[in-house]
Amino acid sequence: MPTIRLRRKAVDTTMRWTFYACAFLVILPLFLIFFDLVIKGAKELKWSLLTDLPRPVGEPGGGIANGILGSFVITLLTMLWSVPMAVMCGIYLAEYGRGKFASVVRFAVDSLTGVPSIIMGIFAYILIVLPMKRFSAWAGAVALTMIFIPIVVRTTEDMLRTVPKTVREAALALGIERWKTTLYIVVRTASAGILTGILLAMARIVGETAPLLFTALGNQFWQFRFDQPMAAMPLQVFSYAISPYEDWHDKAWAAALVLITIVLFINVGARVLTREKK
Amino acid sequence: MVRNTGRNPKDKLFEGASAFFAFAVLALTALLFVVLLRESMQAIRDFGASFLYSRTWDPVVDQYGALPFIYGTLVSSFLAILMAVPLSLGAAIFINDFAPPWLKNPVAFLAELLAAIPSVIFGLWGIFVLVPLLRDGFMKPVSKYLGWIPLFEGPAYGPSVLAASVLLAIMIVPFILSVSREVLATVPQRQKEAVLSLGGTRWEMIRIVVGQHCIPGIFGATVLGLGRALGETMAVTMVIGNRPEIFYSFFQQGYSMAAVIANEFAEAGGLQLSSLILIGLLLFLVTFVVNLASQWMLSRMVKNASRGI
Repeated sequence: MPTIRLRRKAVDTTMRWTFYACAFLVILPLFLIFFDLVIKGAKELKWSLLTDLPRPVGEPGGGIANGILGSFVITLLTMLWSVPMAVMCGIYLAEYGRGKFASVVRFAVDSLTGVPSIIMGIFAYILIVLPMKRFSAWAGAVALTMIFIPIVVRTTEDMLRTVPKTVREAALALGIERWKTTLYIVVRTASAGILTGILLAMARIVGETAPLLFTALGNQFWQFRFDQPMAAMPLQVFSYAISPYEDWHDKAWAAALVLITIVLFINVGARVLTREKK
Repeated sequence: MVRNTGRNPKDKLFEGASAFFAFAVLALTALLFVVLLRESMQAIRDFGASFLYSRTWDPVVDQYGALPFIYGTLVSSFLAILMAVPLSLGAAIFINDFAPPWLKNPVAFLAELLAAIPSVIFGLWGIFVLVPLLRDGFMKPVSKYLGWIPLFEGPAYGPSVLAASVLLAIMIVPFILSVSREVLATVPQRQKEAVLSLGGTRWEMIRIVVGQHCIPGIFGATVLGLGRALGETMAVTMVIGNRPEIFYSFFQQGYSMAAVIANEFAEAGGLQLSSLILIGLLLFLVTFVVNLASQWMLSRMVKNASRGI
């Protein structure tokens, strides 16, 4: 009898430590990645990185300023039309959507969520790049739209559903029109949650590389026209990383450090926003 | 939610506008499928089913077959799942049932941060840190002593199917972890307490309730992770070696469906472009079915668990 008890106890302890080890191993890569980013990125992290154009191999200095601007422009361009579209779609699903049409839309949104991002690049290539006969910031933004929309539709719908029915009833009972109730009371009540969803989606598309590879393509120079190839930070990280030159590798790390700082700033900011509300 | 009986024209307008945008989202999704199908028609007509089992990918003679890419995608994803599922499940159990309260949220938060890292940064880290680490710390010693096993055959260059799988595993862990946690949380507290009150240890509690309750949900989480792994592009492209051949050893270089699109698309035209789009269509269909399956499995366990961000 005591041996059985001892064995059960031993198994229990072993398993407990296995779980501890699993958790440790899951978190470990995060620390390793951050550590390497900071150590290797610091080497080239100078002011000129943020203000200068890329320079040819061997020339010291040079930066990713056009990529930072490009990422900013393409992201804003995407959000310009994606935010209204996704939020309105979410409002429809939460406030009006019943029946077959709504469930088909919901199914479509769920399916979009799982589509690999590179396929959104193919989509934008066929729709925009082929007819225009050139790579462009427009095409990049269309590709990112397809990633942005499903995330925001689902969070908007979920957040609107957390608003109690009684709030709507109270507003309607006061004689407020339905559309005003929805827009000024229900949506406003859920606004922090919706904004969180928008910011999380934004953090996601800022770091996306695959959909931009053959849409926005990248650019060595400043580009302010939307119908021309445009630089973006993730593309710069990629092309510097796979290049055979040592000093470009250092630039890849520095660019990655800038990129992760921006992405995590938006991502963590979004989380803080909802935490305060709770 | 709440029915308004008076049909005011402005209400109708607003409802109409929101329905229009819902329709637009639906139309975009349909359009995605239609354009992929239309543009891959040429390759479908020229190669038919042989596209799936031909090993030739040769732009010079304009012959394209996707087998090496399909094979590379499947093998690297399954290997990644094999590593990621036990780890995520263990970590999920740790967070839900074993972690001291002060450690719960930080560990969960850090795992979520891992999901926020852009895949190109995983790729960068893969090239310069993980690949050398695996080559010198694992592949070289293993091929020295166990090189006679076909799975570990060949010289240890570094970029390899193994490196891609390890990187993929790291990347999909946060998704499997968060869904597993939701699945584990569906177990009624009373059942856990019942096991403990009968004198069971904590491990026996986990074993019994997980075995009873969570197997389908964990399977759903696994399939969800598989969907993520199949479509991952940048990180795999950067470490798998990009060689369109059928490999037998995990130390060899391979290729994946997403990687060949990433590498060749911008400079392709004609039949090659159409073939690449066909690979995209196949990838789309496979991830679609896989995600559908995971949603179906999870819908019975957890509401909304599969909509990972």
